[in-house]
Amino acid sequence: MNIVVCIKQVPDAKSVRYDTEKGTLVREGLEAIINPFDFHALEAGLQLKDAYGGEVTVLSMGPPQAENALKEALSLGADKGILLSDRAFAGADTLATTYTLAKAIEKLGPVDLVLCGKQAIDGDTAQVGPGLAVRLGLPCVTCVNELNLMDDGKTMQVRRVNEDGYDILELEMPALLTVLASINTPRLPSLKGKMRARKAEIPIWNALELGAKPFMVGLAGSATQVVSTWVPTFDARREMFGGSAEEQVDALVSRLKVAGIL
Amino acid sequence: MLKVDTEKCTGCGECEESCTFEAIFVKDGKAVVDQDACTMCGICVNGCPEGALELQVEEGLYATTDLSSWKGIWVIAECRGGILASVTLELLAKARELAGELEAEVTAVLMGRGIESKAQELIFHGADRVLVVDHQELATFTDEVYGNILADLAKRERPEIILAGATAMGRSYIPRVATILETGLTADCTGLDIRAEDKALLQTRPAFGGNLMATIVCPEHRPQMATVRPHVMKADIPDPGRKGEVIRIVPRENLLEHSVRVLKSVNEQAEGSNLGEADIIVTAGRGFEQKENVDLAKELAHLLGGAVGSTRAAVDAGWLSSRTQIGQTGVTVSPKLYIACGVSGAIQHIVGMQGSEIIVAINKDAEAPIFDVTTYGLVGDVKEILPLLTKRIQKERGL
Repeated sequence: MNIVVCIKQVPDAKSVRYDTEKGTLVREGLEAIINPFDFHALEAGLQLKDAYGGEVTVLSMGPPQAENALKEALSLGADKGILLSDRAFAGADTLATTYTLAKAIEKLGPVDLVLCGKQAIDGDTAQVGPGLAVRLGLPCVTCVNELNLMDDGKTMQVRRVNEDGYDILELEMPALLTVLASINTPRLPSLKGKMRARKAEIPIWNALELGAKPFMVGLAGSATQVVSTWVPTFDARREMFGGSAEEQVDALVSRLKVAGIL
Repeated sequence: MLKVDTEKCTGCGECEESCTFEAIFVKDGKAVVDQDACTMCGICVNGCPEGALELQVEEGLYATTDLSSWKGIWVIAECRGGILASVTLELLAKARELAGELEAEVTAVLMGRGIESKAQELIFHGADRVLVVDHQELATFTDEVYGNILADLAKRERPEIILAGATAMGRSYIPRVATILETGLTADCTGLDIRAEDKALLQTRPAFGGNLMATIVCPEHRPQMATVRPHVMKADIPDPGRKGEVIRIVPRENLLEHSVRVLKSVNEQAEGSNLGEADIIVTAGRGFEQKENVDLAKELAHLLGGAVGSTRAAVDAGWLSSRTQIGQTGVTVSPKLYIACGVSGAIQHIVGMQGSEIIVAINKDAEAPIFDVTTYGLVGDVKEILPLLTKRIQKERGL
């Protein structure tokens, strides 16, 4: 079974600070991690590989340092990692991103399953998975938190979560799924995995190698443009009540009454 | 590539200030770009007081030709269990407002099975026209059929704007439609406006879990598409006197083909399913120590007519289902009142709730980071304070 897992390197929320005046992120001290949802996509792929055999390829589009994310995925058990990196890819919105990822997956050859996290925690769009499915001509199910492969090795039953409950869906591979965090508990890297990852060479594919049309990638291939960004201010008034539990509860109830909530 | 017009550049440093990526700086009185660090986000271009910066694209994604031939605003109605989703009505009100500025017509698109009776309701809420696609194959939701029909309709009718709810369904198949149409889509918007000078749709949305807001446009492609977060915009009071046109559409057979089969749809009013819509949320964290104690949070939530949320720790401990988890890999909420009980305040949790209007925290540890984002803080054991609070509110309500 050929499984491709798409991962994104994102800033670690713990390290992110915001510049309220400039309305931007503070670049200094930012630490990068694999997007948390993508760990679950990778785990889902690795579990299928463990049970049925096959190969898991991780794919990431990003700057050269995104190689670290791919190496981390290798340490967890992915078979190979490929970095899509080219100055021409910069400024990509989800339309250009899905085109670029699709070109890479086509280059990899026949694939049975493409797995993505539900969304990235920086952009929060949740659009790359379903868009990529269109580019690849694959059926797509989003927000999956249970995945079972049937005896024929081809039919999958998946559980898709929505506001009212869930649906049980059936589809055949090849397909694309986006997964929720509740689908599994990601494994930790093994020592052997870490050693292997350290030595691994991560191929870097650029636009030319993908055979990507220059006007379809990066900023050129993007339909949307950011006009402005700003940092919202949250209500900073903080009141700590003192005294006994009863006194604190009384104070809270009176504030909530003033606020019109009680 | 980001280009600096050195004739215009005064070296004022605005660009350097605004750059998140340290990719532009002033050297010898002129802006200089580090092309390797530049992500071409365009923020400095918009912020340059001299208009000296330009994003140069040698050959861009083929723009939609004849933008002006795309007219009208579409609202994609969502009907679940025979009821129109509240976000659909909210979008109709917003669409009417935008339509006033664009002098455009508002069209609702209603897809499903046995849903035609909802068309009038859409008209009462602001639609001038309703396109109804009522078909057996639409009885259950699959991305392929819903997406392909909508994309086909949009190609033929050429709307200028398409708005849909940022619901599980909308966020699943609307990206499909945008990709088929090769146009831009902005996810989970909380604000929509029309830019005065060129009538572009200004789409405002949170990113980074609500810590960064961005306004986005789709200048050269049509339709301009956005999914919009439920409960942010206000629906209008329905006007039963409003008149509109109902148009039945019979989808072509090839649009009805799909490879995903819905075996079962389960409607479970499970804990956590109403989190996104709740005005009051009581969240249980590690401080409850054991599962039985979580009932204290449930009781308070029930009394307040609110929902129960959880932290990762409470989910991992098996006290509450993963659907109740609030934060980075769970749900993002912004209720009127958020009561964090025994929640320490890990950043992964905070990004999911800091947009709440009033945040109350109850925690034994007065130094817990949750108190940094709190409106009102109570220091003490949740197991002691919660029963007191519940009793006090019951008394307040004469129960």
